[in-house]
Amino acid sequence: MAHLTPPVGSRDRDKMQGPPTASVTLVEYGDYECPACGDAYGIIKAVQRAMGDDLCFVFRNFPLSEAHPHAEHAAEIAEEAAVAGQFWPMHDALFENQDALDDGSLLSYGEQLGLDRQRLLRALRGSHAERIREDFLSGVRSGVNGTPGLFVNGRRYDGFGDPESLLAVLRAAMANG
Amino acid sequence: MPNPAATSGDAMPKIGERAPEFTLHSTPDQSVSLSELRGHAVILAFYPADWSPVCGDQMSLYNEVLPEFRKYGAELMGISVDGVWCHAAFARERKLHFPLLADFEPKGAVARRYGVYRLHDGNSERALFVIDASGVVRWRYLSPVGINPGADGILTALENLNQANAPASDRKDA
Repeated sequence: MAHLTPPVGSRDRDKMQGPPTASVTLVEYGDYECPACGDAYGIIKAVQRAMGDDLCFVFRNFPLSEAHPHAEHAAEIAEEAAVAGQFWPMHDALFENQDALDDGSLLSYGEQLGLDRQRLLRALRGSHAERIREDFLSGVRSGVNGTPGLFVNGRRYDGFGDPESLLAVLRAAMANG
Repeated sequence: MPNPAATSGDAMPKIGERAPEFTLHSTPDQSVSLSELRGHAVILAFYPADWSPVCGDQMSLYNEVLPEFRKYGAELMGISVDGVWCHAAFARERKLHFPLLADFEPKGAVARRYGVYRLHDGNSERALFVIDASGVVRWRYLSPVGINPGADGILTALENLNQANAPASDRKDA
């Protein structure tokens, strides 16, 4: 229970920031419309700045689409951006505009990144749905019980709240690694 | 964290025992009996109360995982001491696609039968039971009341159930 399945790097589709060889890997199962994930976005940015190349950050989809009506479409658009190598700019744009995630806004973020409108529309119709559900179910099997669901070096981390405590946990993982 | 209101779990039906029968309202004019669900695996998710934040997350999570539960032919039932109108409002607001049963009158009677009633708080523990198609408890889990137990334990239990029943598992679920 509460162990990351599948581990990072076991499939080539994980979205990574930072070197895959970093001594600490932080995985987030996140929902673009979840307010707590919005808070986590800022905290993780701060932690990434502090850790530099010692940290590899991975984002996996965990949209609670019944609770958050725009979460699934936001994830679809991010996956479409990933196809064009623009995942992280889209990930950031979504978290920085959590109050504007309707389809029109999602299309405009895509177009601002130079993505093809027809492909974006196909994404909104679910062209990446299977991939997103795979992420979601891997989270469920790993014991994710809400968002953001965080894993530090494959182990679930529950005490999430501020950059200092997360940083302390990551540094401890680095020392143990 | 020591919690004086917590039950020990000793009174919970044991694995291999018959799950206690009950009949509870799922809507103002419909009720569900456990025995009516024979032939299907049943997931009973006791939770303390509608609207409290962790419960909401737990039920919302199960709502999203529902297609996976159904792949195993399993029926999910949430149970709390809230009344039918409260359940109806909660289910509507969270867009829940599974029944919430009202263990309301006599209050907590089913939770008591399953050994998960919290006497001091007057509500139930956060407890999970997986019951097989013949009505026998196959898995149970008592979670700390403030922690959403997630769905991984349920899925593993359903998987084990399916393997155990493999030769006879040609039934189709509705």
